[in-house]
Amino acid sequence: MSEIQQVNETLELITSIDDGSEQYLSFFLGEEEYGVEILRVQEIKGWAQVTHIPNSPPYLCGVLNLRGTIVPIVDLRLRFDMPKKQYTATTVVVVLKVEGVTQRTVGIVVDSVSDAHNVVPEEIKATPDFGSNVSTEFISGLVTLEDNNMMMILNIDRLLSVEALG
Amino acid sequence: MAKILAVDDSASMRQMVSFTLKAAGHTVMDAEDGNQALNIAKTQSFDLVLTDVNMPIMDGLTLTKELRTLADYRFTPILILTTEAGKDKKQEGRAAGATGWLVKPFNPDQLLATIKKVLD
Amino acid sequence: MSIDISQFHDVFFEESFEGLDAMEAGLLDLNVGAVDLETINTIFRAAHSIKGGAGTFGFIPVSEFTHVMEAILDEMRNGEREVSTLSINLLLESVDVLREMLTAVQQKTATDDGRIADTRQKLEAMKADEFEEPELVKVQVEAVTESKDLGWKINFNPHQHLLQTGNDPVRMLRELGSLGELTTEVNDSKLPPFSDFEPEDSYLSWTLTLLGDIPKEEVDEIFEWVDEDCDLTIESIKAPVKGPTRVEIMVAALDKHDVVSVEFTPEPEPEPEPEFSTTESVVDETPVVAVDIEETQSIEATLPVEKTTTKSKIATPAASSIRVSTDKVDSLINLVSELVITQSMLSQIGEHFTPKMLPQLIDGLAQLERNSREMQEGILRIRMLPISFAFNRFPRLVHDMSDKTGKKVELKLTGEQTELDKSVMEKIGDPLVHLVRNSLDHGIEMPEVRLAAGKAETGLLQLKSYHQGGNIIIEIHDDGAGLNEDKILAKAIEKGLVDASDELSPEKIHDLIFLPGFSTAEELTDISGRGVGMDVVRKNIDSLGGSVEVVSNRGEGSVFTIRLPLTLAIIDGQTIRVAGENYIIPLVSIIETLEIKTSEIKLVSGKGELYPLRDEYVPIIRLYDVFNLDPHITDLEEGLLVIVEGEGQRVGLFIDDLLGQQQVVIKSLETNYRKVKGVSGATILGDGTVALILDVPGLMALYRDPSLALFVNHNRAA
Repeated sequence: MSEIQQVNETLELITSIDDGSEQYLSFFLGEEEYGVEILRVQEIKGWAQVTHIPNSPPYLCGVLNLRGTIVPIVDLRLRFDMPKKQYTATTVVVVLKVEGVTQRTVGIVVDSVSDAHNVVPEEIKATPDFGSNVSTEFISGLVTLEDNNMMMILNIDRLLSVEALG
Repeated sequence: MAKILAVDDSASMRQMVSFTLKAAGHTVMDAEDGNQALNIAKTQSFDLVLTDVNMPIMDGLTLTKELRTLADYRFTPILILTTEAGKDKKQEGRAAGATGWLVKPFNPDQLLATIKKVLD
Repeated sequence: MSIDISQFHDVFFEESFEGLDAMEAGLLDLNVGAVDLETINTIFRAAHSIKGGAGTFGFIPVSEFTHVMEAILDEMRNGEREVSTLSINLLLESVDVLREMLTAVQQKTATDDGRIADTRQKLEAMKADEFEEPELVKVQVEAVTESKDLGWKINFNPHQHLLQTGNDPVRMLRELGSLGELTTEVNDSKLPPFSDFEPEDSYLSWTLTLLGDIPKEEVDEIFEWVDEDCDLTIESIKAPVKGPTRVEIMVAALDKHDVVSVEFTPEPEPEPEPEFSTTESVVDETPVVAVDIEETQSIEATLPVEKTTTKSKIATPAASSIRVSTDKVDSLINLVSELVITQSMLSQIGEHFTPKMLPQLIDGLAQLERNSREMQEGILRIRMLPISFAFNRFPRLVHDMSDKTGKKVELKLTGEQTELDKSVMEKIGDPLVHLVRNSLDHGIEMPEVRLAAGKAETGLLQLKSYHQGGNIIIEIHDDGAGLNEDKILAKAIEKGLVDASDELSPEKIHDLIFLPGFSTAEELTDISGRGVGMDVVRKNIDSLGGSVEVVSNRGEGSVFTIRLPLTLAIIDGQTIRVAGENYIIPLVSIIETLEIKTSEIKLVSGKGELYPLRDEYVPIIRLYDVFNLDPHITDLEEGLLVIVEGEGQRVGLFIDDLLGQQQVVIKSLETNYRKVKGVSGATILGDGTVALILDVPGLMALYRDPSLALFVNHNRAA
């Protein structure tokens, strides 16, 4: 929980920096590190009871109540055909603003949230088809981070589009 | 000061009358038809009853007659609020047992002056 | 003290407009042949109230106009005047005029005096048909003797039963005493011996001397209620002064008030007496108004009158107030108290906070979220009004149009209690009117045409309203001629909206009427409105976030369907449990719930399980099946069968258990997710979790065609 507090604080700090770089929030699924534009992150919360939607894709955990709005929650592991992990008190849900015909709010379940990174556009490399878990159509670029880890930047508008959700 | 029951099916009239009487320091209860008024009158005692004539369910004259059959209200001042100053209306009022009348339209001062006449 | 009674004006206007609506509804309801006394009385009372209130609050022209209407209605309710179509129509017209007058007064705009005078004249002419004596009468006024006297000598002899009217001689004497210097002389000659003494009777009489420059009226006033219950003589002391002439009095009175009704107390000529003249004053009750009609007009002429340039619309006056049912207010009050509890709980946590209390803090915050949300919903609910407010104008409109066109139309309204947001309702009014007018004008045929077509002479126009998911649906049905595809197509081609070569399905052709600049009316009739086409209707509805469509069958009729999103949709829901999950069924869909026996079921190959319900066989839908859930109960005898209705058909939903019933706020599933077959929306329960609201037609479709379930999910995530 304190991790979330920390990250939310960082989120606030980060969004005030302006040097031509974009800020990304990174998180982990297993060994792999992914990133999303920080401006797309509405908030981060812990796991909460979801209501299952009948006849929906297995990666759609269900919907939950976010301050009065019904928000669908997607299990990113299942979405990427990775083995499912049990949800615990430390499971994290990243709530994102997804663009499409309309703007929608969708949450994704990840293993853990890592950090916020400043990334200059030039650092983003194209994505080769390198046989990862994730189909390349959902990845908009690769970034090598300070610790030499690779962060895959997600195209959440494609990943969480209306069609994709069922 | 006095406890008054005001009966009129028009909300704006009830409001005006209530407000005026309360501002003068009286306690006021109101009803929107004779039947409601009768029920209220039976459960509480009033020093004065003001009633409109034309109302649904039970009109003002019937209310007056009914009140006069109740021991508590045999001598209570009952004033009917009538739009007509015609003789027959006043006769009807008297026949029903009303103490007096107040002709509509009236303004707050007229109302207060009139009720002063019947309050001890 | 001076009380400003203008603070009550708003309430007066509100109740008067309501009264006018009641009058209109009553007048439309009146059957010329068999007059319902209660209806007439209701109409009369409404007029009477408006007249009285208008007089009280100083709206004299309104009061006078209403006075004539009231007089006619009074005669009708006393059986002295026949209720005729002519009189009903005139009264309806008068209601319109009165509405305009009140709106003008309320909004401080000018009135259409021509129309008012015109209608008033007609009313008075009608009134005069039966009786020669008009209400406004010129009364002979006798000279009132100004009391420049020293005082009055009064003999006051109450009759025995005077006390029983609640009057009290003592109070009267007190009143007299407040006017001037009073000396009393009591006469107790009539007092009986103590044993015969009746405390409720009056035996005393008085001779009173009241000194002071006191107008006679003031003395009379004190006794005015009891003049028949006593013997009363009032003599003036000292020589009288010749009073002003009656003309002077009238002019003085008219000068003093801009009111043109004055009450006089006529008195007989003073009798000549040597030392002082005795004037017998008898309070005479002659009819009130004493004004010359010419005077009236001349006075009105001096008031500034602006010519109205715009025809006043029969628009609902800008009601800046909302009438709210007390239970909505009560529930808000409850929510506020819950909020207070939550707040104090949170502040307690805050005061002694340690990290160990974090779970409680989170709980408290969740509760806070719930309280705030519920309050928001509660407040939005206040703005929800039943659509009857928008539908109310149609009985009158249909009545008037029937008259004008000679067509016979019956209007049926359903679902008037369906609620929607006040601002949406105000904006949907005009489009609705246009569609209704359109149906009456172009849809419903003339009686002869209908008969020739084998239809009933009277056409049927239905307005239906209901909630569906997060929307309110308004349907306008007519059983008229339906849309003429050939005409529409021809016109569209003529206007260059479509190519002659285009192949268009009937539905596409129907939709053409919504294109801008389209109209097949040979002349734009006044009835359907000038230059206002269906395109404006569609635009207006679109701007509300809704949609309008038409379905039509040649010769049978048309249905216009308006769909509007609701800021807040609330339904009564029945919570049920299936396969460990809770769902909500709209109560309005539920017919009944049964426990059934397996022996009663019929198995039909290709049709599944059927349950005999009275005179039909109802298919059994196993909810866990269509939702692909792992069932907890599969034996039909262990669960319950809920018979529901959707789109005119009935099915039985097999569930595990029934839980509670409550009102639920429909939340959209589609905003962030998408439409789900069988689900119409979601709601947030008291514990903050989400429950899905079932859509019966969707479930039926899923049952018939399981492939509609886009994703069959057998291994559902925990």
